[in-house]
Amino acid sequence: MAVTWRCCDATACRAAGAAALRQRLEAEVGAERVKPVGCLRLCGQGPLAAADHDDGRSELFGGVAGERRLDWAHPFFALQRPVVLERCGLVDPSSIDDALAQGAYATLAACRLRPAAELVEEVVRSGLRGRGGAGYPTGRKWQLVAAQSNASKVVVCNADEGDPGAFMDRSVMEGDPHRLLEGMAIAAQAVGAAEAYIYVRAEYPLAIERLRTAIAAATDRGVLAGLPIQLRIGAGAYVCGEETALLHSIEGGRGTPRPRPPYPAASGLWGLPTLINNVETFAAIPAILREGGDWYAAMGTAGSKGTKVFALSGAITHTGLIEVEMGTSLRTIVEAMGGGGLGVVKAVQTGGPSGGCIPVELLDTPVDYASLQQLGSIMGSGGMVVIDGSMAMPELARYFMRFCVAESCGKCLPCRAGTVQLEQLLDRFVEKRASPADLAQLEQLCGMVKATSLCGLGQSAPNPVLSTLRFFRAEYEAALAPGVVP
Amino acid sequence: MSAKLPAVHGSINGQAFTAAADATLLQVIRGAGLQVPTLCHLDGLTPVGACRLCLVAIEGHPKLEPACVTTVADGMVVHTHTPELETYRRMAVELFFAEGNHVCAFCVANGSCELQDVAVEVGMDHSRFPYQYPQRHVDASHPQFSLDHHRCILCTRCVRVCDEIEGAHVWDVGYRGSTCSIIAGLDQPWGDVAACTSCGKCVDVCPTGALFRKEDGTGEKHPHPERPRQLAEARSEHHWQNQ
Repeated sequence: MAVTWRCCDATACRAAGAAALRQRLEAEVGAERVKPVGCLRLCGQGPLAAADHDDGRSELFGGVAGERRLDWAHPFFALQRPVVLERCGLVDPSSIDDALAQGAYATLAACRLRPAAELVEEVVRSGLRGRGGAGYPTGRKWQLVAAQSNASKVVVCNADEGDPGAFMDRSVMEGDPHRLLEGMAIAAQAVGAAEAYIYVRAEYPLAIERLRTAIAAATDRGVLAGLPIQLRIGAGAYVCGEETALLHSIEGGRGTPRPRPPYPAASGLWGLPTLINNVETFAAIPAILREGGDWYAAMGTAGSKGTKVFALSGAITHTGLIEVEMGTSLRTIVEAMGGGGLGVVKAVQTGGPSGGCIPVELLDTPVDYASLQQLGSIMGSGGMVVIDGSMAMPELARYFMRFCVAESCGKCLPCRAGTVQLEQLLDRFVEKRASPADLAQLEQLCGMVKATSLCGLGQSAPNPVLSTLRFFRAEYEAALAPGVVP
Repeated sequence: MSAKLPAVHGSINGQAFTAAADATLLQVIRGAGLQVPTLCHLDGLTPVGACRLCLVAIEGHPKLEPACVTTVADGMVVHTHTPELETYRRMAVELFFAEGNHVCAFCVANGSCELQDVAVEVGMDHSRFPYQYPQRHVDASHPQFSLDHHRCILCTRCVRVCDEIEGAHVWDVGYRGSTCSIIAGLDQPWGDVAACTSCGKCVDVCPTGALFRKEDGTGEKHPHPERPRQLAEARSEHHWQNQ
């Protein structure tokens, strides 16, 4: 009985030895029956390979020798709702023929026959919100850009994913690059843009390679409706994920943010009206336009529609990539899908250096924009790190603060100088030599940096501190120097 | 300000104002004879909103906004000195002092330093944040001027005046975060940068003693922060002194 193998050829599995596994399989069944694909989700068990039998059965194996038999019926896979990732893991990311055979660009072709306003309306109806972290309604953004009367407009994809523990966008670009290009081409048609850019971080060499291949192939086949898409590679600055800094960087300037307004929708790249969305947002577009905005809006909660991709990592049994309906509880994600913590789960960190920690007592919180914000965290771009009991919260907060100190561009004072002082205050708590006055100063300075910084980086830099102070204040109080009573 | 635009009305600290619709809040605040501290802002240069001292509270608006880059809107009710703003301003000035090496006693700008003035204005007599004592250097390679990085607050006035008024673009910002510094040319000694016209505008606009004339001793610097506005206005209005 014949079998065809799908071998994960994404970054995590490559690092775990995917090449050796693929060689072995090719020697066994012949290269024509082994296909490289994007992320197969369960990164922690990689390298992964799926065996598709002629009779329709499919099995999943992990390990260089394929020594671990994994179960497709496990909640980690069974509870996923692939929309953005619907072709990721099935399609050969370097083959446009395979992508076309699996439906790529069919929606774009259909959209070209529809009026632009109708496309925007469909996105408005879908309730899709920006997946980069801020959650701005995508349809409204499209309306704003579409309403601009300028002859020239630009579409920009923010692929500068940089939160520690986040690899959603990388997986989309590595696993199904044509989906991103199709989403951007639909957006360009909807808002009336004639050129497009993808700003991708240099730390994603495989994603860059796959995008280059995909853009060349799609341009060659003429499936992009004439839209020129250019790649711009970042130079290693996290702040370039902030939209105005990103636009400065594309223009060849220093990657520093500027005050808004004007928003990019009115004046963005080279002063032109610019639609800027994140990778996952664009990648959701083909499915929304194919199935309809109402179909997408039927998933999720009242304020958070559709699905969201998360990068699940930390002290958890099953680490990897998941796409779930909005409103799925953290408990379902951590306990059922993730198989529970490696130790005693203490908290779940969402939103990276801009987010916060949800304590284990609140694990029944549904994952949606409003619920996470209410708890002092944020949805963020999709990083989800499980924290176990061995991690002291002041130390976790210091880790993120150090990240912000290293990534602050230095333009505005509160972020440039305030984060440095916050890091030093946190040192005192980690080293258990803090005083009650330090605790008061820590809280006051967090408030100041949050309220007065110029861009999102500084405004959210205190969040990991404020969130751990809210739920784990006892740990900060216990870190006061011996003999000092608060 | 264009005369064609309709006027807008609002209030600042309870005082009613009428302004052109394209005026910034800072223009309106100062036009009304009120005061809000600034360091990076300078009339005649593109505002950057970086020092955050001119932040104001706008009723019904969730965030504090920098007055220098915020355009007025009809019905705006603005507060410039809420307890929150006064607390944050004082903290900001403390952070400025703590991140550099500012020793007024032997500084060329003592007595004519805007950082010093702002400290007096917000009532900052000491910093509650530990001084960082950063290791910085002095660039004395230019024949007429010096740049003492210890006193630099990264307001970027020098960068902007050189680029926007003089058109030489000698200055830029290099590195990032707390290691940011003003750089000359391609991070060269100032004296090696051929693009520098030695016009001295950067020295004129520097709010502290970071940029100074070599002949100036302690307390002898006389800055001219009014020059960019005069030059910009002279160019746009063709007002030349000899006409």
